[in-house]
Amino acid sequence: CVNCHESEAKTEGKSELIPTIKFRHCCLLRNQRCITAYLYDRLLRIRALRWEYGSVLPTTIRFHMCAEELEWFNQYKKSLATYMRSLGGEEGLDITQDMKPPKSLYIEVRCLKDHGEFEIDDGTVILLKKNSQHFLPRWKCEQLIRQGVLEHVIS
Amino acid sequence: ESVAHFDRAVLLFQAWLNEKFSPELLENKSELVECVMEQLMHMEENLQRVRKGDLKASVHRMEIDRIRFVLSSYLRSRLQKIEKFFPHVLEKEKSRADGDPSFLSPEEFAFAKEYLANTEVYLKAVALRHMPPNLQSIDMLKAVPEPCLDSFVFLRVKERQENILVEPETDEQREYVVDLEEGSQHLMRYRTIAPLVASGAVQLI
Repeated sequence: CVNCHESEAKTEGKSELIPTIKFRHCCLLRNQRCITAYLYDRLLRIRALRWEYGSVLPTTIRFHMCAEELEWFNQYKKSLATYMRSLGGEEGLDITQDMKPPKSLYIEVRCLKDHGEFEIDDGTVILLKKNSQHFLPRWKCEQLIRQGVLEHVIS
Repeated sequence: ESVAHFDRAVLLFQAWLNEKFSPELLENKSELVECVMEQLMHMEENLQRVRKGDLKASVHRMEIDRIRFVLSSYLRSRLQKIEKFFPHVLEKEKSRADGDPSFLSPEEFAFAKEYLANTEVYLKAVALRHMPPNLQSIDMLKAVPEPCLDSFVFLRVKERQENILVEPETDEQREYVVDLEEGSQHLMRYRTIAPLVASGAVQLI
């Protein structure tokens, strides 16, 4: 460690080494800062993925993450889920929904991929087949739009 | 009852704007959040009883969505700031006196602690344990920047304030005092008016 090297240098009479030791220590600190900055920046992007894609990440993205990053992501989404469940009365509040202020009640959406059956509030079941278009309640479509299953059609 | 509902929605709206535009995490308002959640539940229940296709149903639905959006946005703002300034937020909460108002709800506090632990475990596992012995830890309080309290904010004055001390911006200026008239709008450094936001005397816009 720096202190040991410094005191060693003093006792052995090699005090001209002290500036070198201090300089080396500064370089090491800088490297530590750069590495942590890079790693933390990656974490921030991974955090953003939870808010953009939901709890399940696409395989292409998972492929770019190391095991420890996947672990961080899992812990983060667990923490977030616990927090959201604690809001209000029974089931909590999913604050990853309602990302935009509500403009209209129903929106026109086009299905980009086959997603199977989809139930809306009054019980009706819609078949989400690729290229089909539907007029659906906005709040039910938000997540699917973000996942790329539906596309908001703005005519 | 509808008057109380209206007041709570207005309070939520004000808290939302303040939290959105303030550079630091503001006082925690769990009671307000709980009240609004209850209100939303009642509105959803009422909505079930209304005939489908009735115009009232659409209006109620819109109102519920609007309130839920503001509430979610408010809580998201808080969470973002907690994550951004996590070591400082935790330090502030740990060192506050028993009587002082809390900045974090118990759930937010738990979330912040988990975020810190999660991040430390990660950095240790991926990088720090490979470093020389005296460099294997990071002081999070030094590594993570603090909120910039000197950023400028727009505000509207709700209660008249006298003799607010304004710091000089340049070397040629000297500090001076202003009176803030009710209803007037200003652009000032957050640091100068922070206590007024907390007391409700000004509203950030």
